[in-house]
Amino acid sequence: MDSHSTTLSSHSAHSSAIEAQIEHAHHEHPAYLLHHFETVEQQKAASSFGMWLFLMQELMFFGGMFMAYLVYRAWYYPAFAAASNTLDWKIGTLNTIILLTSSFTMTLAVHYAEARKVKALANSILVTIILGIVFLGLKSTEYYSKFVEHHVPGANFSIEDFVTGHNTGMPPISADMAQHTQLFFSLYFAMTGMHALHMIIGIGILAFMYVKARGGAYTEGHTAPIDYASLYWHFVDVVWIFLFPLLYLINRHPVH
Amino acid sequence: MHFISPVLWQFLVKWLNYFAIFPREASTVAPYTDGLYAYLMIMSIFGLLLVAAMVAVFSVRYRRARSPEATQIEGSTLLEATWTIIPLGLFMVSFVWGALLYFRIFTPPPNAMPVYIIGKQWMWKAEHPGGQHEINALHVPVNRPVQLTMISQDVFHSFSLPEFRVKREVIPGRYSTVWFQATKVGTYHLFCSQYCGTLHSAMIGTITVMTPDDYEAWTNGSTSGMSLAQNGERLFASLGCNSCHTAGGGGRGPNLYSLYGGKELLANGTSVTVDDAFLRGCILNPSTHAVQGYVPIMPTYQGQISEEGLIDLVEYIKTLKSGDRIQQTLHTTTFSPEQGGADRSAPDYRNELTTGQTDNGRAAPDTSTSKGEGVSPQ
Amino acid sequence: MSSATTIVNIPEQSTASLPKNSYLTGEYGLKSWLLTQDHKRIGLLYLISITFFFFIGGAFAGLIRLELLTPMPDLVASDTYNKLFTMHGIVMIFLFLVPSVPAVLGNFLLPLMLGARDLAFPKINLLSWYMYMGGGIFTLATLVLGGVDTGWTFTTPLSTHYVNTHVITAGVGIFIAGFSSIFTGLNFIVTIHRMRCPGMTWFRMPLFLWANYAASILMVLGTPVLAITIVLVALERTIGIGVFDPSKGGDPLLFQHLFWFYSHPAVYIMILPGMGVISETISTFSRKRIFGYTAVAFSSVAIAVFGFFVWEHHMFIMGVSTYSALVFSLLTMLVAVPSAIKIFNWAATLYKGSITFETPMLYSFGFIGLFTIGGLTGVFLGSLGMDVHLTETYFIVAHFHFVMVGGMLMAFLAGIHFWWPKMTGRMYPEQVSKLAAVTTFIGFILTFFPQFLLGYLGMPRRYHAYPPEFQVLNVLSTAGATVLGVGYLLPMLYLTWSLRYGAIAGDNPWQATGLEWQIQSPPLKENFTEIPIMDHEAYDYDWLAHKHVPEVTTVG
Repeated sequence: MDSHSTTLSSHSAHSSAIEAQIEHAHHEHPAYLLHHFETVEQQKAASSFGMWLFLMQELMFFGGMFMAYLVYRAWYYPAFAAASNTLDWKIGTLNTIILLTSSFTMTLAVHYAEARKVKALANSILVTIILGIVFLGLKSTEYYSKFVEHHVPGANFSIEDFVTGHNTGMPPISADMAQHTQLFFSLYFAMTGMHALHMIIGIGILAFMYVKARGGAYTEGHTAPIDYASLYWHFVDVVWIFLFPLLYLINRHPVH
Repeated sequence: MHFISPVLWQFLVKWLNYFAIFPREASTVAPYTDGLYAYLMIMSIFGLLLVAAMVAVFSVRYRRARSPEATQIEGSTLLEATWTIIPLGLFMVSFVWGALLYFRIFTPPPNAMPVYIIGKQWMWKAEHPGGQHEINALHVPVNRPVQLTMISQDVFHSFSLPEFRVKREVIPGRYSTVWFQATKVGTYHLFCSQYCGTLHSAMIGTITVMTPDDYEAWTNGSTSGMSLAQNGERLFASLGCNSCHTAGGGGRGPNLYSLYGGKELLANGTSVTVDDAFLRGCILNPSTHAVQGYVPIMPTYQGQISEEGLIDLVEYIKTLKSGDRIQQTLHTTTFSPEQGGADRSAPDYRNELTTGQTDNGRAAPDTSTSKGEGVSPQ
Repeated sequence: MSSATTIVNIPEQSTASLPKNSYLTGEYGLKSWLLTQDHKRIGLLYLISITFFFFIGGAFAGLIRLELLTPMPDLVASDTYNKLFTMHGIVMIFLFLVPSVPAVLGNFLLPLMLGARDLAFPKINLLSWYMYMGGGIFTLATLVLGGVDTGWTFTTPLSTHYVNTHVITAGVGIFIAGFSSIFTGLNFIVTIHRMRCPGMTWFRMPLFLWANYAASILMVLGTPVLAITIVLVALERTIGIGVFDPSKGGDPLLFQHLFWFYSHPAVYIMILPGMGVISETISTFSRKRIFGYTAVAFSSVAIAVFGFFVWEHHMFIMGVSTYSALVFSLLTMLVAVPSAIKIFNWAATLYKGSITFETPMLYSFGFIGLFTIGGLTGVFLGSLGMDVHLTETYFIVAHFHFVMVGGMLMAFLAGIHFWWPKMTGRMYPEQVSKLAAVTTFIGFILTFFPQFLLGYLGMPRRYHAYPPEFQVLNVLSTAGATVLGVGYLLPMLYLTWSLRYGAIAGDNPWQATGLEWQIQSPPLKENFTEIPIMDHEAYDYDWLAHKHVPEVTTVG
């Protein structure tokens, strides 16, 4: 059972109370209330529920890759540990901090939208976008260094580093195990790539919202789009919170 | 019968000749499978008739002409519980029965005669320990359990013997096994039942079940002259395996004598049974199969040994029971093929036995470009 | 027709006319359809598109059956044959069965049954249709470019390394069509949760909605896993990332797990909405509430929940661990129980009813019979030892078609006939449609029953050529397919005919209880002039009999 009550009489009492509230607040149907919804509350409840369902769908989408990761990590742990150690944990940490900060500025945006502050809202969105772009920039330098190190799966891939133990900070591993580092990097690129794709989409949405926010679109009481953009952004952030330790922090300790 | 059109007549003749509902029962598990099938059939017919009877009787009895007013009924917990619990019970019977049959089908008896099967697009290769090679055919003796160890060189295949009621997927990169005991002399279908590309429906063959005497004659007439173990011994030496796995133990690698079938403690602390799949894994991925007490220095042989070569090595290691020379291993099978007999049943594809240079050194080969031979695209 | 044999109650034809103002009128022209956000128009867009793809998929099936008339590979080349069954599978599953009842009937009826003006997200609903068409266009492109021959299951490493056909194009098509069904499911779940009219509690909802709700959960949670699996296959083909490649340490069985994690629930996505249709028709044509409403409602949810935990039964002979096989076999048996409950509850609904035999009812009887056979043979396949012999043979083909074609397609046709008067305002011709229903049933049995026998005899599926002793049964099957083809062409013809010449149906020709029947046919664009208030149970025929004022009056 949800907001609808089971009996008719109590329902009408409930909904008329809501309507009275709305009447009191706006004295008319707000323009953003779509024709097929009865009340603002209904519209809000529907769209936020839809957003959460969408995020559940996203979770299952990433879930397939996490499943593959878990299987192969269990099978080829030494290869995964060695490959993980070649990732730059400093950039990874920095990126984690950047993304967490961007989530904070996104939350600020929601706050300013509710507080109806046009300028602060626009600025928060802008900072979020910039942080997102910085994240992607750092990510691309990491991708580039993988390319230089021949750690991109495919024809160019080389297990040299892992067999010799150079540049890995880990003891050398045997050639057959080192082969499986390619699986790690496949999953690394698939997972972070898919995450980056989600960020690019998020940045696109935020850029669109930035323009509209400057025009005062979300500061007239209808904050829902900002709320959902923020939910999405937090989701992408949470995915990274899982990706970072799983990919960067496998068995990290210095070679003695 | 001139009043029947010839086409129709031909069709009728064919119908009468070929019409069968059950395939022949030619293995020890077939009657058990048919028994379960009969149970499931009876259950289904009973269920279907019950539903059909309900629908038919109610439709007639309560049609609008006879029953102008419907009587509204909420439901009945008792009735609903009945038709929840009874089907559940029937399904549970088929679950338990099916599980027991599954164990019967996939638990080989200890004395089963080994045969190796390699599937590739689009043919079946069978290798007998005595060195007989067959393509799209398999000869087996009647009334003897036969265990097949199977692997695919490329894509998924499936080894299906409908008259024996057994079937098993043949998978690239890992052994799967199936066993059967034929009960009737004759020839039977062998199908590939997992879709495997263009000529999937041409990946068929025959299983010939022979009397023990005929079978012995066949094995003597079909040997390639070298048993699998002998081939394995040769390969073992040419790859330099014996430099570490020295006879009698004491080498850098574990002693391989009397290893097969026993338990081995791995470096990661787990204990495994030494079977075909384990031996294959040791050769291709030694680091994940490192045995406790040894320095893991063995290089991988991925991409250097064909699936046939691996089977030879596995068969060789299986037959190492003592420090004796390999000739004795021929006695592990009941027949002793004539040396030097011509291989009449199969083309000679042995020359592909090793596909790469052996590399026995500590330095790893550049495996980044090499692929497992069995699965590289063609 | 006397009232003793039919409940059809249509207005006096000489004075009746279609309402001047409805969702079909007001705006005309292609643009008003292609940019519509009206769930009813989108439903019709889907109806036209899935019918198109159904006949394409059907043409492939016809060629397959024609080839199998003889044991020799004589009509087409092996490559072509493989492409035929692959394209048949892809088109029928992703472009017909998955969207059939939900996207056509669900779209049209969900808001009407709930007493809402539209789905929660009309724009996303339109987007779903465009994505569906996008998926369809990629699939057609695959066809034009030369097809794909991996089988609809895309088994790795065959699909990743061994075929040179258009796997990625087809994959993109499925990926896009998959997101179309995700968004449809999402829309349905939100609409059912948030858009029910006053008084419409969960247990007053028509069972059609429960069934679609359950299917929507599967769509939203299952389809993304297929999407990522297809992405990984495409990456494997293009840059060789090796996740499913045994030569790189990857495991092709992981592909099987991920693929079936979607594709098993997918069969419930396909069948559940069909079951929902049957609940509506059985109730209406026996003038009774569904026997054990709650049990039928919860069995839909139970199927959805258990449906997620049985995928491994597609892999019993693939070398999975014996103990996991035991667990999955047990769960498979459990998922069969809710279906059995539904069948018995429908049959019991007839008891003490007042039954008439209009076309939707005939299709529903067909559904019950064929689905019972399909469901019970599913128990054969869930039983471990039996599965060893039956899997990968024509037994699987027959079982799947009994459930999907015998079950789902029968239910779809039942639904189309049942709601045709509501959608178009006109009746279909009753006699010829009864003939079509019977033809379909006979043709179906003749086509697919011999395949059970073939399967037990051991004929593997996807075989271009086969041993000659299987010919008799194959000839029977092909003969049946021609009958079946006629059975499917007939509705297409007479339904089109009825658009213009059918009798005016009036608001409620079946005297059914659903909210959708209390408004004009075809409905207004906004569905209801005033949001209705639900003050009775679903299938309350007493309420209908004593209803004095119509819930909504016709405007215009």
